[in-house]
Amino acid sequence: MLEIKDLYVNAGEKEILKGINLKINKGEIHVIMGPNGSGKTTTANAILNNPEYQKKQGSIVFDGTDITDLKTDEIARNGVFMSFQLPEEIPGVTVANFLKYAKNKITGKPVKVFQFKDELKKYAKELKIKEETLERSLNVGFSGGEKKKNEILQMLVLNPKLAILDETDSGLDVDAIKTVSKGIEMFKNEENAVLIITHNTKILHSLKVDYVHILVDGKIVKTGTQELASEIEENGYEKYRKG
Amino acid sequence: MSKTQIEDINRNIYDIKNKDDYDYKIEKGLTKQIIEELSKQKQDPDWMREFRLKALDVYNKLQLPTWGPDLSELDMGEIATYVRPKTKMSNTWDDVPDDIKETFDKLGIPEAEKTSLAGVGAQYDSEVVYHSMKEDLIKQGVIYTDMETAVREYPKLVKEHFMKCVPVHDHKFVALHGAVWSGGSFVYVPKGVKVDIPLQSYFRLNSPESGQFEHTLIIVDEGASLHFIEGCSAPKYNKVNLHAGCVELYVKDNAYLRYSTIENWSKNMLNLNTKKAIVGKNAQVDWVSGSFGSKISMLYPMSILNGEGSKTEFTGISFAGKGQNLDNGFKVVHNAKNTSSVVNAKSISKDGGTCTYRSLVRIGENAKNSKSVVSCESLMLDDISKSDTIPVNDIRTDEVEFSHEAKIGKISDKTIFYLMSRGMSEEDAKAMIVRGFAYPISKELPVEYAVEMNNLINLELEGAIG
Repeated sequence: MLEIKDLYVNAGEKEILKGINLKINKGEIHVIMGPNGSGKTTTANAILNNPEYQKKQGSIVFDGTDITDLKTDEIARNGVFMSFQLPEEIPGVTVANFLKYAKNKITGKPVKVFQFKDELKKYAKELKIKEETLERSLNVGFSGGEKKKNEILQMLVLNPKLAILDETDSGLDVDAIKTVSKGIEMFKNEENAVLIITHNTKILHSLKVDYVHILVDGKIVKTGTQELASEIEENGYEKYRKG
Repeated sequence: MSKTQIEDINRNIYDIKNKDDYDYKIEKGLTKQIIEELSKQKQDPDWMREFRLKALDVYNKLQLPTWGPDLSELDMGEIATYVRPKTKMSNTWDDVPDDIKETFDKLGIPEAEKTSLAGVGAQYDSEVVYHSMKEDLIKQGVIYTDMETAVREYPKLVKEHFMKCVPVHDHKFVALHGAVWSGGSFVYVPKGVKVDIPLQSYFRLNSPESGQFEHTLIIVDEGASLHFIEGCSAPKYNKVNLHAGCVELYVKDNAYLRYSTIENWSKNMLNLNTKKAIVGKNAQVDWVSGSFGSKISMLYPMSILNGEGSKTEFTGISFAGKGQNLDNGFKVVHNAKNTSSVVNAKSISKDGGTCTYRSLVRIGENAKNSKSVVSCESLMLDDISKSDTIPVNDIRTDEVEFSHEAKIGKISDKTIFYLMSRGMSEEDAKAMIVRGFAYPISKELPVEYAVEMNNLINLELEGAIG
């Protein structure tokens, strides 16, 4: 579904990713772990082609389409979603209207209003998001936890083929992490895939993960299964840092 | 990031030019003879003719403002101050000439009258061509008519209030207005009468190289209430047109008035309008103002809170595009105890447009325990547009609560990236941000104008407004 080949990415003058290779098949959950500054968030942003980052080399193919140089909105319409570490606030646009509009843009079809509202309410309930929150301005005055849950709500509503969750678990309490995990479980099926980017392992306790990749200094230094995450939890990244 | 265009207002509807087909157009310029001729044409009573001549004297003595946008391109010698359309005022649309009626049709006025208004006045160039109000309001003693009829039929009420709230020596363009005023609306709501459905006057300037100087005088008597809507537009010509209207609002004790304006003049218009309200005890005036058109606008509605416990709110938005300099704001004078004012002003500038928020908050020594909360926010859509805030705060007593908050912002690349990651193009993303920014104001507008504003921002985001 997603294949990243030999990807080099800069942020301004600074070289961040130094030859990433990653293949994700449908039906899989992947995790990228790594210490701060290792290039995790850059990887996510590079897949969505954030203009703040410059690709120097390599390619990204998604579902048979080369998305390396596509615009962010085109990549999103191809079926890639990213949950932001720091979601932006949009005053004056309610969560419900924002999502209705986004859904229309992603699918290219008119949104059936009542069906959409029912679906939105259903997901909100599952994620313990208050119904009145749906009528508040997007992310404005939301707590950290509310913002993250709202990102998961967006993922469920927009129903992408690949969901990239950038530090969605960071800063959340135990209950909120459970809710987020539940959201991921609701989303996940045999036809889609999830890429979780995190620097801790809490969220992995309640999810069945297929692959864990360790990212250090812009390179994937080790790939393994869920046990690799447990090892990191115990011993940290020190061993990999030294190469 | 590549440059994004937020569309200009689709001006098609506004830009329809009818033939400059008038019954009478006064000679261009501003002399005693011209004023006397104008007064004769309008069949003024003596007191009004004298009033005009006195105002002309004041006009000749006053200087152009030394602050704000440059008005040097205005040459009163090139402006015809009076253009009488080829029709008399009527109270059925059928009697309005076809080309004029069609214009108002396209502006949606007769339709709105059927669905959401209790009364309508329509002015074309210098004279009101249509005026009508629902029967039940007439029975309750509400008066809603053109200003000329009011001068003839309600001389006492008019003499008592006409240019008393806004005296002719206020500034040069008020003096000009006093000399050449024509048309406009007069409203009187008797004590205790609540007018639940809005009244609307629409001002259309069709004639090139001319001016519109309508006078709006509204008296909401004790305990009464009213929502009044004012709309204005004009097609674009190459030479400047001038609008120097005057609005005087008297909101008596315990009364309520909401005054909504959507100004969509063409971009050759100098909009030098003056609006003022005098507010009685425990009374309230709320201003809602959308300023989209004009080449230059200098517009600072003012509330004078004379009665104890009186209140005012101002909610306004300006949108300046290429070649526009919108110098708008709000003034409030707190003259009594326990008064309050709330200001929420926003502006958007793009393509080199300039928006300035210019304001005055004066809280007098006698206005103890008063409160004023001012918030103004500007959004610039590119690096060539300008935005400024020029507040004057004159607080003369300690026992007040006063705050002024000003924010000037741009749309961040991060926000655009976030929205694009949700499938929106860069244009969609910017439009959504702009619409969200404008929403707190647009939700205060009458529904049809909120819709108009949606068109303005040219976005198909369904259901966010109204």
